[in-house]
Formats: sequence, C-alpha cells, structure tokens
Amino acid sequence: MGIVGTGLRALGVASILFTAFAPGAGAAPYVPTDDAVVLERLPERGDPKLRELKRMRVALAASPRNLDVAASVARRAITASRETGDPRFLGQAQAALSPWWTLSDAPPVVVLLRATIRQSQHDFDGALADLDKLLMANPRAAQARLTRATVLTVVGRFAEAQSDCRQLVSAAPPLVVAGCLAPPTSLSGGAEGAYAGLVQALETPGTDTGTIEWALTLAAEIAQRRGDPVAAERHFVAALALDPSDPYLKGAYADFLLDSSRPHDVLPLLAADTKNDALLLRLVLAEQQLPDQREAFVAHRSEMAARFDAARRRGDSLHRREEARFRLAVEADSRGALTLARDNWKVQREPADLRVLIDAARAANNAPTLRLASDWIAQTHLEDKALLAALAGL
Amino acid sequence: MIRALTMVFALLLAGGATAHKASDAYLTIERNGPSLQGQWDIALRDLDNAIGLDVNGDGEITWGELKARRVEIDAYAFGRLRIASAGETCPLTVSDRLADSHTDGAYAVLKFAGSCPQSGPTLTIDYRLFRGVDPQHRGLLNFVESGASRSVVFSEETPVWVVGGDSAGPLSQFATYVHEGIWHIWLGFDHVLFLLSLLLPAVLVRRDRHWQPGGSFRSAFIEVAKVVTAFTLAHSITLSLAALGVVSLPSRWVESAIALSVVLAALNNLFPVVANGRWIAAFAFGLLHGFGFAGALKDLGLPTGSLALSLAGFNVGVEIGQLAIVALFLPLAYALRATWGYRRLLLGGGSAAIAAVAAVWFAERAFDFPLFIAWASGP
Repeated sequence: MGIVGTGLRALGVASILFTAFAPGAGAAPYVPTDDAVVLERLPERGDPKLRELKRMRVALAASPRNLDVAASVARRAITASRETGDPRFLGQAQAALSPWWTLSDAPPVVVLLRATIRQSQHDFDGALADLDKLLMANPRAAQARLTRATVLTVVGRFAEAQSDCRQLVSAAPPLVVAGCLAPPTSLSGGAEGAYAGLVQALETPGTDTGTIEWALTLAAEIAQRRGDPVAAERHFVAALALDPSDPYLKGAYADFLLDSSRPHDVLPLLAADTKNDALLLRLVLAEQQLPDQREAFVAHRSEMAARFDAARRRGDSLHRREEARFRLAVEADSRGALTLARDNWKVQREPADLRVLIDAARAANNAPTLRLASDWIAQTHLEDKALLAALAGL
Repeated sequence: MIRALTMVFALLLAGGATAHKASDAYLTIERNGPSLQGQWDIALRDLDNAIGLDVNGDGEITWGELKARRVEIDAYAFGRLRIASAGETCPLTVSDRLADSHTDGAYAVLKFAGSCPQSGPTLTIDYRLFRGVDPQHRGLLNFVESGASRSVVFSEETPVWVVGGDSAGPLSQFATYVHEGIWHIWLGFDHVLFLLSLLLPAVLVRRDRHWQPGGSFRSAFIEVAKVVTAFTLAHSITLSLAALGVVSLPSRWVESAIALSVVLAALNNLFPVVANGRWIAAFAFGLLHGFGFAGALKDLGLPTGSLALSLAGFNVGVEIGQLAIVALFLPLAYALRATWGYRRLLLGGGSAAIAAVAAVWFAERAFDFPLFIAWASGP
C-alpha cells in the first residue's frame, strides 16, 4: 500500500511533466582519452574555508548527532552558499541538521539555522513559523528578530518588520538597528529618513567591515531608488572596496549600471562570475546592448537558457524573478515573462520583483497587472523613481 | 554579540542572490518487454561529496581518479535504485562508464541494462540516491516506452514513482488492466474457492436440517445474483479505498483473514449457521477480499498519470472473471442439484476439502510457516 499511497500523494505535486526531454543539456557522453584529463574542479580548490568545511563534514559523519559540530557545519555551509551563490551548500547545511530537521521541539540553534535555510529556498512561511516560535520562547533573541524583520520585508509586511527592528535598539549596535530599519522604512514612504539614519549610523565608528559593507549596500540601493545616482555610485564603490566578491552587492551594482545605461562597466565587474546564475543574467543583459560583445552574448544567452531549463526540470521556482527578466529582455517573450513575474509576485515583494512585474505587464499590455502594481505603490507609498517611470511608460 | 549578528546579516543576504543549480541526477530508463536499458548521469561533485573521488586531495577530479573509484560508485548508486515489475526486483548491471558535462559541471555517466523476471504493465521505481547526504537532491527520470516518454522527479518527499502502463493510449491501458483483473481472480484460488463455497448451496434450500434441491432456476439465479452482487460491491469498495491510499492494512493480516474466510464459508456448508442470508456473509468477507485484490494491484503498479482508469479496468476484469465462473457453475449445479453426488460429494466432500486447504493456507500465512509448496497461491 505504501508504494501506491506515495505515488498518489505525489499526484498533486506539479512535478509530473509529460513533455519529453533530451537527457540533459550535455553533449554526447564520451570516454576521456587520458587518465590525467581533469573533469571537474571542486569549489574548495584554492579556498581554505571550503576545505575546512569539507574536513568538518568528515568529522560530522563520524558523529552525526553532535549538535555543536552539526550547527557549525550548517553555519559554514550557509555562509559558503552565500559567498559562492551555490545552492548545493544549502543541501549540505540541511543534511547536517537532519537529525533535528523535522522535530517540532528542535534546539533553538537548529530552528534558527532551519529558518535561514528555508528563507533561502523561498519557503518564507516556513521560515516565519520557525522564527515566531523562537521569539515566542525568547523575545530577546536578537538574531531571530533580525532574521524575521528581513523575511517580513521580503514578503512586503513592512510595519511588522519595522516593529521587530525597533525591538533591537537595546540589543544591537546602532548601525545594525539602522540597517534593519532601512529596507522596510524606505519601502513604505520613509526613504528620506531611513537613508539619513543609515548615513548617520555609518559615520559612527566601531563596527566591523561586514556590517559596514552591508549598510553601504542598503544605502546605495535607497539612493538609487530616490533618484540620486551620484550618492548610489559612491556607496556601491565604497562597499565593493570592503568586499569585492559579495555576489549580492555585485548584482545590485550591476543593476544600477544597467539602469544608468553603462553596460560596458558591467563586463569587468562580472567577467569572473559566470557560474552564478543571477550574475550571468546581468552579464547577458549588458552584452545584449553591446555590439562588440555579440559572440559572448550568444554563448551566454544559450547557457542561461539551459540553466533555467535545468532548474525548471527539477521543479525549482527560485529563479522566477531572474527568468522573467531573461524572457522579457533577452527572449522578447512578454507573455511568458508576465506569467513568471506574476507567480513570483505572489511570493516575493521586493522592488526588483515589482520592477519586472511592471516591465512585463507593460510589454504584454496587461492593464489589470499594471493596476495591481500601481495600487501596491499607492498603498505602500513606495518611493522608486525608476519604477514610477516604468509604470508611467517612460 | 556584534560578531554573532554579523553572521546573521551574511546569512540574510543569501536569499537575494540565488544562483547555480542544486544537486540533480539524470536518469533515463527505456523499457522493451522484459528488458531495460538505462543511463544515469551523476554529478562528480555530488559523488565526491558522498563517497570521495578526489583521492589525492588536490581539488581536481581526473578521469583516472573516477575510474579508480568505479566499483564504489556502482555499489553506491545501484544500492540506491530499485526497479521492480509485478513486485519482483529487476536486477541491473552496469555496461559502460563514461563522462559528460551538464550546465553545472562534469558528470559520471553509467550505462546499464536489466531484465525483469516478472512482466507487468508498470515499473515501480524506488530512488534514494544521496539520501542523508543532500536532502535537496532530485532525480530527474525520463522513462521511454513504445516511442513515448514521460518525466518524473524523485525527491526526498517522493522517492517512489510508478511509471509505464499508460504509454500505449488509454484504451489499451484499460484493456491491460481488465486482462490482469481476470487472470488475478482465476489464478487467485482463494477467491474462487470462497465464491464456490458460497455458491454451492445456492441451488439448494435448507429444510428440516437437511439440504433439499431448490425449486425453480429463477430462485437459484436470484440467490446466486444476491451473493455475487454483495461480494462484488464489498470488494470494489475496499479495493478502491486501499488502491487510493485511504485505508491500508498489513498484507499478512489481510491474507490470513482471507484464508480464514474461506475456511468459515466452507464449514458453513457442513454445519450451517448462516443458511439463507449468505449474501450478508458474502458482503462482510468481500470487504476483506478487496484488500487482497488491492495487494495484487499494488504489485502490478498503477500508472500515476491515469490511476482511475487502471483501477476501474482491474475491477472490471475481476468481475468478468467472476461472472465467467458463475456462468459455468450455475447451469451445471442446477442440473445436478437433485443428485446424491451433488449434495454429498460436491457440497459435503467439496466443502470439507476446501476447508482443509484453506486451513493450511491460514496456518502458512498467519504463522509464516510453509507447510507444503503451495500449488495455489493467494494474490
């Protein structure tokens, strides 16, 4: 019965695809001519932190129920996924926590890491449920509060996010509080104050580089939305000086450059990041505008399409925002882009999500979606010059 | 505190820039009658993660290193893939080992072949590659048969899929399951004997503690129709409930109880307790037999894409098989009903023999003890 039951439950899952597909995007399988041929370079090559993670995973395999080692492996793996943009590390993080993953009374350290992994997989409801539980048990858990504020911002629940940030005042340094408040405040009608608070907190010395880089990125994004490209550029450059390899920062800066009609400047920024899907997308968008990059554009475009295809086949919906942008700008498929952008908007409510929704709706001439977008802007008092211009069809 | 918080900021930004692909493996299985041909592409990074490929620890995987680990790779991968047809595992052997690249890097390519000892309309595939190593891993299956192909995705939540049986179009699929249903009731002697035990007295009436020949063919027919209808209704209900996963009973319990129901039905002919309400017994025990049919159907496998059609076909097949038995039985029994041979030899001796055989089945099934090599098997 078990087997039939499993198959039946799975019927509801949208993972049954009736279309035929070729066995992967690879060329024909081959037998390498020489034993010395290098087939794969592992990510830990030349990265001591990833080698250390691998060693720790070996240690964890020997005692998988050691909570300290497991939490440490999970934390390092999550950090690795952020630094490399590689979701395989999220799988490793989840595997490290597997003895506690499904427990309703998992230890707090596991619940916090689980919430972070869930958030990275866009399971925002699951992440919020974990964080609610942590904060119910311990209202002073600063990390949980900060994480929840971020998740609430991503799903567009700005007032609740701000309330979480305010409760951090006595528990965290001023720059952390300002950085927590800046996104939800700036996205709900308080951009000027949020920006000023951030700039002021940045002038106070004594915070570590990681936090400063993060705050500078936030300041750059707010300045960009407020239509102050000079300040945005200054903050982006300062942030990149602190961490030239942060993929999130590079993506945000590339978007700024694309919006500022500076596609040439995107090339050196992202030349070495083609393994990262989100960054490859920006590179493709830049190359598309540059006649002398024709060859690179053609190659990167088909690579990008193959990756979206691979993600779709495994049932991933993590790339909808990026894929909508790709379909719209590169493939000129406004209807496909609109479907993706609308599905994405049901889950994520960041300005980038709204931007692709508006662009796709305008291209597809879809009035109801444009109305939905303008209602959202009116309701949240979102300040974003580029968005308003897109909505007005400029 | 600041250090700890900083760590979280780092984590928080992770959601903003999703990239790369998580772990996938690509599995192609082509079925041609009992023989299987397959190809399995598994990422070298994932294999390294699970069993270690980078023997010299230089962060590079060469073809030589991959070849050196081929025995371990075969054992690891094929220890986590089970293909079964009609409840029997189809053994698989690796025929070739190659390399290929996909969008996220290099893959080991394992070509394999297999053969299924039992034929059936479907294949049940149980896929657990990288279980415990990467919960985000997905197995992307492309199943090819009769020129048609379909795709399913294995994950930690759905490690088992039933494929096939629906590639030849709905009509032929329905026919396949009707056929399976007919053969199931004809070869499932316990169902036949149960039915016969209930039908043997249908052409008789119980009067003065003795069996007497019944009157008209009409009344015998009505009696048979009541028993058969009750049995059909009951087992259709439980067959559907069990096949749809609503109710599930342990198969040893079900099989033992079915054997016991045959014993009781036969004994009732020798020492009647229920004489004229046999349709009630047919209904009550029919519920049990439905679970037995469901067990057989589980071994055949139901194609996930068109489950209702196959279930209906199997049920129709069971009814056709059953009606064929009745059509043979009723005229013969009616003609012989007044003879000594029918009442003594068939009803008396037959019922005693049925009770004895079923008692042996019961002992075997309930206590898992093979008394003799069963010439008759349950479902």
